[in-house]
Amino acid sequence: MFYREAGEFKTSYRADQQTFPIRLDKIGFILSLFAAFVIIPITMSEYWAQAVFLPFLIFGIAAIGLNILTGYCGQVSLGSGGFMAVGAYSCYKLMTSFPDMNMLVCILLSGGVTAFVGLIFGLPSLRIKGFYLAVATLAAQFFLVWMFNKVGWFYNYSASGQITAPERTLFGYVITGAKAETVPVYFVCLGLLVFLALIARNLTRGAMGRKWMAIRDMDIAAEIIGVNPLRAKLTAFAISSFYVGVSGALLFALYLGAVEVGEAFSIQKSFIILFMIIIGGLGSIFGSLVGAAFMIGMPVILKNLLVSNLGWPGDIAAHLEFMIVGLMIIIFLILEPHGLAMLWSIIKEKLRIWPFAH
Amino acid sequence: MKLKSALVAVFTGICVTTPVLADLVFPALTYRTGAYAVSGIPQADGYSDYFTMLNERDGGIGGVPIKVVECETQYNTEKGVECYEKTKGLGALVYQPMSTGITYQLIPKASADGIPIHSMGYGRTSAANGKVFPYVFNYPANYWNGASAVVNHILELNGGNIKGKKIALVYHNSGYGKEPIRTLEELSKKHGFELSLLPVDHPGQEQKSQWLQIRRERPDYVTMWGWGVMNQVAIQEAANIRFPMENFIGIWWSGSENDVIPAGDAADGYKALALHAPGMDFPLFNDMKKHVYDKGKAAGAGDQIGTILYNRGMFQAILAAEAVKVAQKMSGKSQITAADMRVGMENLEVDQAMFTKLGLPNFAPNLSVSCNNHGGAGLVAVQQWDAKSKKWNMVADFKPTDMDVINKLIAEDSAAYAKENNITPKCM
Repeated sequence: MFYREAGEFKTSYRADQQTFPIRLDKIGFILSLFAAFVIIPITMSEYWAQAVFLPFLIFGIAAIGLNILTGYCGQVSLGSGGFMAVGAYSCYKLMTSFPDMNMLVCILLSGGVTAFVGLIFGLPSLRIKGFYLAVATLAAQFFLVWMFNKVGWFYNYSASGQITAPERTLFGYVITGAKAETVPVYFVCLGLLVFLALIARNLTRGAMGRKWMAIRDMDIAAEIIGVNPLRAKLTAFAISSFYVGVSGALLFALYLGAVEVGEAFSIQKSFIILFMIIIGGLGSIFGSLVGAAFMIGMPVILKNLLVSNLGWPGDIAAHLEFMIVGLMIIIFLILEPHGLAMLWSIIKEKLRIWPFAH
Repeated sequence: MKLKSALVAVFTGICVTTPVLADLVFPALTYRTGAYAVSGIPQADGYSDYFTMLNERDGGIGGVPIKVVECETQYNTEKGVECYEKTKGLGALVYQPMSTGITYQLIPKASADGIPIHSMGYGRTSAANGKVFPYVFNYPANYWNGASAVVNHILELNGGNIKGKKIALVYHNSGYGKEPIRTLEELSKKHGFELSLLPVDHPGQEQKSQWLQIRRERPDYVTMWGWGVMNQVAIQEAANIRFPMENFIGIWWSGSENDVIPAGDAADGYKALALHAPGMDFPLFNDMKKHVYDKGKAAGAGDQIGTILYNRGMFQAILAAEAVKVAQKMSGKSQITAADMRVGMENLEVDQAMFTKLGLPNFAPNLSVSCNNHGGAGLVAVQQWDAKSKKWNMVADFKPTDMDVINKLIAEDSAAYAKENNITPKCM
C-alpha cells in the first residue's frame, strides 16, 4: 500500500485526462524535476556532467524520437545515426552561415531540416514493412554518412573533413566552443529534453498517437476504421526525425564540439539508440529515458568500479562491458520484452497490493 | 549493515577520485580493445614500460616518482573525451591522445585548461605553429612531412622526374587519413604526378573495391595512411592483386610488425616511413630488461617488446621525460606543473650525445623545438620489410622534406584556425 490510486476521485474530464492522474506519480515527477534542475547542477562534478549527464540528456531526446517511430508507430529504423548527422551538419551550416542566429533557434531549425529528410526516407515505409523497412533505413544511414564525407560543402571544405562548432552564447553564457561552461550547457540540454518529452507524451496520448498505435498493432484494421496510413506513418517519421535531429545538433554543438561523421554518427549510434529503447521499453517515454540512462551510465559506472576501485586492467573492463550489454539485451528480449518501463509497472503493481501477494 | 557499508564504500569510490599530487602524472589514453588494438597495444606497452623503468632505476625523474594513469579509449573520440575529463584533475602534465580524432577534440579543451598535448607524428599538422597552438606539439615530424617524404622517396627512385606517374593514396576515411591530401595535391602540381584518392571506411576490414580499382587503374605507386586492422588488410589485398610491394609505401603508422606478418612472405619488400630506428640493438634495452621485464613489471602481455610501435611508445615516453628534465631545470623545482611542462616541451633539445647517454645511439635524428616550430625538423627515413628474417631494414636515411610547400600550408591552415577562434598569434 505504498503506492495507491484509491481515494482519488476526478469530477471533470480535464482532471481525469491529465498526464499524471495519480497524485503519487505527480509528486514523483515534480521531485525528479527538482532534482534535475536544482540538486544535480549544484552537486555534479565536471567529470560526471561530461561523462554521464550531458550524454544522457542528449541521447534521451534521440531515444524518445526513435521510440515514437519504432515503439509507437511500429516502423523499425536503423537510420538514427544518419539522421543525427543531418541534425549536426544542418546545425553547423546554420551556425556558420548565420553567425547571429540564436542557438536555440538554430538547434530547433536543425531538427526541422532533419524532419524533412526523415520524411523523404519515410516514403518507402508505405510499401515495405518490417525487416525490409529496416534495411531501407539502413541504406539511409550509409547514404547520409557517405554524403557528409563526400560533399565538401557540408563541412565548408575543411582539410580534415571535420566540422567544428564556433563559439556561441545564450543569455550571455558561452554554450558552444572550447570555453563552454558545463552548467549552462546542462540547462539547455535539460530544458530541451523536458520540453520535448512533454510534447512527445502529449502527442502519443492524443489522436495522433492513437493513430500511430493503431497502425503499429494492425495496419489493415487501422486503415479500415479510417486511419490514413500515409499521414500516420509520415508524421511519425517526421516527428521522430525532428527529435533525433535535435539530439544530433546538441551532440555536435554542445557536447563534442568537433565531429567527424564516420565516427560520431556511425551505424554504432543507430544500434545504441535502438538498444536504449529495447532495454528501456518500446512505446514508453519513461522507458526511453530509463534506457538512455542505462546505456550511457552503465559503461561509465562499470569502468569506474572495475578500473578505479578494483584496479582491473581497462581492456578487461571494456570487454566485460560488451558482454554485459549483449547479455542484458538477450535477457530483456526473453524475460521482459517491454523493457525496464514494464519492470517499473510491475513494481508499482506490487507496491499497490502490498503486503498481499495477489 | 555490512552490505550497507560496502555499498557506501563502492559509491564513494565511484564518485571521488583522489588526486595524487606527489607524483608526475602521465595519463595514457590507450586502446587495448577494438579494431585498432593491434596498433594500440604495442604503443601503450612501450609508453608505460619506459616510465616503469625510470621509476625502478632512477626513482622517477629528478627524484619524483612517475605515475602513469591508463584510460581505455577504444580509439573512440567520445571515450577519449571521457578519459580526458576523468584524468585532467589528477595533475596531468601532458596528454598523448594516440589518436588524431581525439587530438582534434582535445586541442581546444586542453588549451583552455592549460595542459600541453604531444601528438607525436599525428594530430593536427598545423599545430606545428606554436604561436597559434601554444599548448600543442607534434614533433618530431608531421603528416605533411610524411606526404612529402613519400614523394621524395619516389622522386629518388625515378631520378628526380615523376611527371605523368600515377600515385594512389589509400587512406582511413577520417581526419587522420585526410590530413596528407592537401600536401599531396600541392606536390602533384609541383612535380606533375597524377594523384588518385581511395578512402577506406572505419574500421577498414572491407577494402575489396578499393584494391579492385587499383588493379584497374594500375598506379605506379600506392601510399597508405592506415591504422589498426586496416593496415594488415591492405597489405594482404595488395598481395592478392600482386601489386609490387616495393612500390607500396605506408606512413609510419602503417609500418609495424603486426601489419606485415599476417600476409606472410607476400609482404616482402613492403616499405614504410620511419621516425626512429627499429629493433632492440640498443643499450637501453639492457636496463629495460633488468628493471622491467625480468622483474615481471612489463605492461600488457609483454609480447610486443622491441616492435616498431613499442619503440614508438617508448620514444614518446623518452621525449616526455626529457621535457620534464628541461622543465625541472627551468622552473627550479622537481614537482612541476602542466604550465612548466609546456615550457619544458617548447625548449626541448635532443642531440646525438643525449641519445647515446640515454642508451639509444643513432635511434632518431636530432630534435629541437621552439615557439615558432612545435613540429621539429621533420626528418623522415624509409624502412623496408624483410619477410624471411622478419625484420625491418632502413633503406633510406633520415632526410629533410619539402619545407617550402609544407611551411606555406602550415601558415595558411593555422591562420584560418586563429581567425575562426579569435586567437592572436604570439609566443607565450
